[in-house]
Amino acid sequence: MAALTPTVLPDVSAPAHVPGRPRRVRVWRGVVLVVAALYFLAPLLASFIFTVNDPTQGFTLDAYGEIFPADGFAQSLLLSLGLAVATIVVVLALTLPAMLAVRLSAPRLRPVMEVVCTLPLVVPPITFVAGISTVLRWGPDYLATTPFYQTVMAIQNPSFPVVLVIADVVLALPFVYRALDSGLGAMDVRTLVEAARNCGASWPHVVFRVIIPNLKSGLASASFLTLALVLGEYTVARLLGFQPFSVWIVTVSGANAAMSVAVSIFSLLLTWLLLLILSTVGTRQRSGP
Amino acid sequence: MAETLATAPVDLPPGNPVRGGGSRTRSKGWTAALPLLVFVGLAFGIPALALLGGAFTSNGSLSSANLTASLQGAYLTALLGSVKLSALVAVVGAVLGTFLAQAVVTSRFRALREAVLTASGVLANFGGVPLAFAWIATLGNSGVLTTRLNLGDHGWSLYSFWGLALVYLYFSIPLMVLVVVPALDGLRPQWREAAQNNGASAWQFWRYVGIPVLTPTLLGGVVLLFGGAFAAYATAAAMVGTVVPLVTLQIADALTGNVLIGHENVALALSFDMIVVAGLVMAVYLPLQRRSARWLR
Repeated sequence: MAALTPTVLPDVSAPAHVPGRPRRVRVWRGVVLVVAALYFLAPLLASFIFTVNDPTQGFTLDAYGEIFPADGFAQSLLLSLGLAVATIVVVLALTLPAMLAVRLSAPRLRPVMEVVCTLPLVVPPITFVAGISTVLRWGPDYLATTPFYQTVMAIQNPSFPVVLVIADVVLALPFVYRALDSGLGAMDVRTLVEAARNCGASWPHVVFRVIIPNLKSGLASASFLTLALVLGEYTVARLLGFQPFSVWIVTVSGANAAMSVAVSIFSLLLTWLLLLILSTVGTRQRSGP
Repeated sequence: MAETLATAPVDLPPGNPVRGGGSRTRSKGWTAALPLLVFVGLAFGIPALALLGGAFTSNGSLSSANLTASLQGAYLTALLGSVKLSALVAVVGAVLGTFLAQAVVTSRFRALREAVLTASGVLANFGGVPLAFAWIATLGNSGVLTTRLNLGDHGWSLYSFWGLALVYLYFSIPLMVLVVVPALDGLRPQWREAAQNNGASAWQFWRYVGIPVLTPTLLGGVVLLFGGAFAAYATAAAMVGTVVPLVTLQIADALTGNVLIGHENVALALSFDMIVVAGLVMAVYLPLQRRSARWLR
């Protein structure tokens, strides 16, 4: 009967009724948590030990020192970050107006948007890249005499492959859609827009001064998910023959095992750092003055 | 338009008050959504059509020869291997993830819950090559644990079906935690109290109340994990090469020209098979997600 009053010292009263049971529950919980902690921490700890433990010298941080001067490190990392920024800009510029339109004036488009933004989840990246590479092969085969040929060649420029931005935008759509959808769901878009419009604000003013400031956390999480996706994207880049950071890690791994693991740890820490920065930006905007 | 809006009664259904400027607004709505639709149509539609076209043509004429070839021999083995691995990872990951989530949800330590959820958010995205390297450093042939514990002498190999499953669980379990925690939060304590006061045991509570309420979420989670493991390529490529037959590895091989000339179209047919499997799985997921949303208020 004590159970009827929610959470008033159930731990004290329960053992009197059913001796032993709550303790067993707590043991079960502890075991689960300990096993989970072991499973999830072991690879991280072991990789760190792997990178700092040299069979001949003992403890050494050489593997980390070798990352930065390594051939192609800066180039591939910059390429990845550039791709990430371009992808975030493009995907937000495409998605935000469309989602505002769906909420404000074209609710009948909503199912269409949902399908369009879920499709990339159904299609695994490797099949997507199979399609893309088929299309790119048309370039030399069929389009050599048409102006499209120049376009097909231009988007494959190895110093900044636009085709990767296009592919990443498609792959990021489901995540961006969900992040923005929950962000827009948390505020009354219609009232805000109508109020601003009635006060004489222009559409750009409404979007940049009313919608975006209210959508900061949604935009931040959409950006982070895109960033993580682009930094880790391997399949498309590898099979189209480009070398952003994720592909560079594999290329370099043949030479020095310790260094490749060190780079993996480095990339993980980089992702965590970016996550931390973006999440603090998002929360500060929400709770700030 | 602005005047119409300002004087209109507030409780009219949206759309009614703006009849004056409705057509203008609607055309605006269409145009704002147009860039996205056109972009997806081009960036996604053209490769998809190319894939379909390639999968169903052979030597320039319409045929199902590629599709038949993609369902035979090594290709079929790879497809089945992928399905088996993904199913195993999905079911085991869902069960373990649910237990972990339940352990966290029922814990009284707020900090533990926050820490696990944040870590899950990060680890669920921790796929690809770095994950493979971290595990190779741990349990690979010269990995830290392998050499310390002499696992190699006991026949342990990370570069196998089970090794791959172990590694895939590393990002699948956190994903399951993220999926199932909101649903576990939705299990009201009152339901449990009601069941207890009616004399139900813990097992009966879960059998007749907890599990039925959670079923859509759990199945949805299984489907999501299946999709993630099924589509994964980078981890497998960096870890096992071609030791374990997987459909993603086969497609990549065919695309990079490691097979006979003329087999590119078989790669496209294999891709088509993959999309069919993933599409079937997603067709199960979406209605489930809608059903489970009912309980998450």
